[in-house]
Amino acid sequence: MGYKILARDDITTESVRMVVGAPFIARKCEPGQFIIYRLDERGERIPLTIADFDREAGTVTIIFQKVGKSTYHLAEFQVGDEILDFVGPLGRHLDLGRIGTVACLGGGLGIAPMYPKVRALKEGGNDIVSIIGARRKDLVILEEEMRSYSDELYVTTDDGSYGLHGFVTDQLRLLLEEGRQFDACLAAGPIPMMEAVCGLTAEHKLKTLVSLDTIMVDGTGMCGSCRVTVGEETKFSCVDGPLFDGHQVDWAEAKARQGRYVPEEKEALEKFERERGHK
Amino acid sequence: MAESKKEKPAKKKIIPEKYPMEEQPAKERVGNYREVPYGYDAATAIKEAERCLQCKKPVCIDGCPVEIDIPGFIKAIAEDDFPEAIRIMKTYNNLPAVCGRVCPQEEQCEEVCLLGKKFEPVGIGRLERFIADYDYEHGIAPAPEIAPAKGKKVAIVGSGPAGLTAAGDLARMGYDVTIYEAFHATGGVLRYGIPEFRLPKAILDQEVDYVQSLGVKVECNMVIGKVFTIGELLGEFGFGAVFIGTGAGLPRWMNVPGENLIGVYSANEWLTRVNLMRAFDFPEFDTPIWAGKNVAVIGGGNTAMDSVRTALRMGAETATIYYRRSEKEMPARIEEIHHAREEGVEFNFLVAPDLVLGTNDGWVRGMELCKMELGEPDDSGRRRPVRCEGSQYEIECDMIVVAVGTYPNPIIPETTPELELTKWGTIKVDEETGQTSLPGVFAGGDIVTGGATVISAMGAGKKAARGIDAYLSGA
Ligand SMILES: Cc1cc2nc3c(=O)[nH]c(=O)nc-3n(C[C@H](O)[C@H](O)[C@H](O)COP(=O)(O)OP(=O)(O)OC[C@H]3O[C@@H](n4cnc5c(N)ncnc54)[C@H](O)[C@@H]3O)c2cc1C
Ligand SMILES: Cc1cc2nc3c(=O)[nH]c(=O)nc-3n(C[C@H](O)[C@H](O)[C@H](O)COP(=O)(O)OP(=O)(O)OC[C@H]3O[C@@H](n4cnc5c(N)ncnc54)[C@H](O)[C@@H]3O)c2cc1C
Ligand code: SF4
Ligand code: SF4
Ligand code: FES
Repeated sequence: MGYKILARDDITTESVRMVVGAPFIARKCEPGQFIIYRLDERGERIPLTIADFDREAGTVTIIFQKVGKSTYHLAEFQVGDEILDFVGPLGRHLDLGRIGTVACLGGGLGIAPMYPKVRALKEGGNDIVSIIGARRKDLVILEEEMRSYSDELYVTTDDGSYGLHGFVTDQLRLLLEEGRQFDACLAAGPIPMMEAVCGLTAEHKLKTLVSLDTIMVDGTGMCGSCRVTVGEETKFSCVDGPLFDGHQVDWAEAKARQGRYVPEEKEALEKFERERGHK
Repeated sequence: MAESKKEKPAKKKIIPEKYPMEEQPAKERVGNYREVPYGYDAATAIKEAERCLQCKKPVCIDGCPVEIDIPGFIKAIAEDDFPEAIRIMKTYNNLPAVCGRVCPQEEQCEEVCLLGKKFEPVGIGRLERFIADYDYEHGIAPAPEIAPAKGKKVAIVGSGPAGLTAAGDLARMGYDVTIYEAFHATGGVLRYGIPEFRLPKAILDQEVDYVQSLGVKVECNMVIGKVFTIGELLGEFGFGAVFIGTGAGLPRWMNVPGENLIGVYSANEWLTRVNLMRAFDFPEFDTPIWAGKNVAVIGGGNTAMDSVRTALRMGAETATIYYRRSEKEMPARIEEIHHAREEGVEFNFLVAPDLVLGTNDGWVRGMELCKMELGEPDDSGRRRPVRCEGSQYEIECDMIVVAVGTYPNPIIPETTPELELTKWGTIKVDEETGQTSLPGVFAGGDIVTGGATVISAMGAGKKAARGIDAYLSGA
């Protein structure tokens, strides 16, 4: 019994959206939670944020960037194909309630996990200022979806091909320097981006929640692969997170741990590409 | 006594030692994951079975947490009636091929065996393994008796030995049983913890298939508490009772600085990547693993032995155990310690890490250790290790596995706030029935006892199955 892909589209050259039939997860999940998939008998267990869900239809939407073997492989799956394992909802959900004006920053693949949080915050009665950034214009994802739940939306690109020429932090700095007040900040994206956001918001004493993409195995608290140091304490991001107070995170450790399988990941992707090339 | 003498006219000649079981040589086996002992052949099994005295008061049964009719199945083996032997075995034990391999027999049935008072005890575990393997090879077991359907549903949470046992027993009583398992595969520690060279996964698969053949349904990828709560199972999903067998899967740490450096694994992560995810076969399997050349394992239990022996098979040049008490206090099975020594594992006793040392880019490069001495006995009755201040010294290593125990998995307790716990976070139950503080909710295995043994988890599963039957019949 697998989990059927009901819809699929390439939202950029690097990222794909899929709607997966998973009625029990759809029935229960809340924004901020994630699933773990395993494609086949040889697959790795890969975490992805639940980007959207439909309780009636019994579906869960995932949006992922093709970065390595398991995500390139998933991108080959078409409507009607089945994913072998799909487990969730895992992690704690976002539980902020009504707090006021929230700055929501998504960088690159971090826009996808930011989207359901923005929607929940908006539906919870908050004012949303979203800032999304990517390397170039064609890699900006979910702009319309984000806009529909944001009071203001800013776009930045590293090469200046769209929106502000710069990083999401540059846009946030401009707003803060204008004297804009926020009650909280949420950030998701690559570690250097989240670290930079936290550096900036710490100066302004702006409470910041980050969504950590740690390397996971089980996702249920039994292995410790996903551990991070938050305020001197070891936390498991799969059960205690994935959202944490960004000002308390030990970023140097998080960065090192995130990169610990880089040579193996490269080897796996090269092998995958070789096999596909020969077909 | 007099009577048994009459039955065996020429007074039986006692063979003082167990018939040996062939093993894969140590030098060879560190290069592969194949099982270490080969098991008896039929002729040797019969000879070993003939060593049993068929005691009038078979004390061995008291030593077995699931009370197997030990003289009964052994007698059948001795009489070359293998179908009868497996029939007897399976009325008590749904997982004999597992127990015959991993049960700490030396502390249980074999410890109390009468023959063991003067000689080596009967190789009960070896005979159990023999008859189970023989059955899988030749399919001799008679079809199990299954009571007529009762029309009542029971949910089992967790597919470790506790859950599998409760499920099998309840199915045979005629209940409609569904197991919910968080992982993508069944077996619990039997699959992700205990390595292939001690318990081949093909054997485990056969045992799980057997439980399914009794009518038990298995739903993997279901993290109960997250996807359904216990309350929902009893309510809208219509289960009459729930059994919680979620184990003690939360790793315990040493709580010393440097423990999050790269190259420091919990035993669970190290063993899960290798056993469940098959990272030893990367990149044929997708899950990566980083294996060190000079490996230090902290701890003295079965988990530590499995971790250190796995490190050797993953290519470690040195693999060393650091344990804070002395060899006598090590909780690991004697056979495992012996196998580890044969394979070249080094042992350091009476030491504990103070600090994990790292490189600038976040990888492990060594440890600072402190020597210990044994003081007064603690709650567990073992002498408490006491630090020898000023004795600190450094060692080099490039990988550390922390195998200092586990805590109960908190997902179910957190999502079932009404469930009463002990101060250790384990679930409180009635010893006889396995009933928790919530009506219709039963529990057993490591989630109740903390990390224990396969057979005690199975014993708890059995008791709870009876408890659930009584609860559902009374209602
Ligand atoms: C809670 C959580 C939510 C996430 N949500 C999303 C999402 O919505 N969309 C999205 O595109 N990505 C998301 N990610 C990241 C995603 O899991 C990785 O991109 C994916 O694992 C890469 O696998 P790969 O084999 O394709 O690449 P690889 O080549 O294996 O790895 C590329 C990089 O991904 C990370 N990674 C590798 N293996 C794992 C693993 N088992 N667990 C976590 N990270 C890993 C590492 O940083 C690695 O350097 C999330 C991660 C977490 C922990
Ligand atoms: C490495 C290692 C070696 C060992 N060696 C031996 C040995 O040689 N001999 C021996 O007798 N004992 C040994 N033990 C101990 C023995 O394995 C355990 O005592 C036994 O497995 C406990 O059984 P259990 O059924 O209670 O739990 P487990 O085997 O831990 O199984 C629990 C199951 O529940 C699942 N689960 C957890 N939470 C949820 C949830 N919320 N929803 C759904 N499913 C869930 C888990 O994924 C798991 O599959 C060893 C343990 C380890 C770790
Ligand atoms: S199950 Fe374990 S304790 Fe019981 S007879 Fe078998 S080996 Fe002995
Ligand atoms: S106590 Fe030992 S010798 Fe006696 S019946 Fe049991 S196994 Fe046989
Ligand atoms: S992924 Fe294993 S504990 Fe978090």
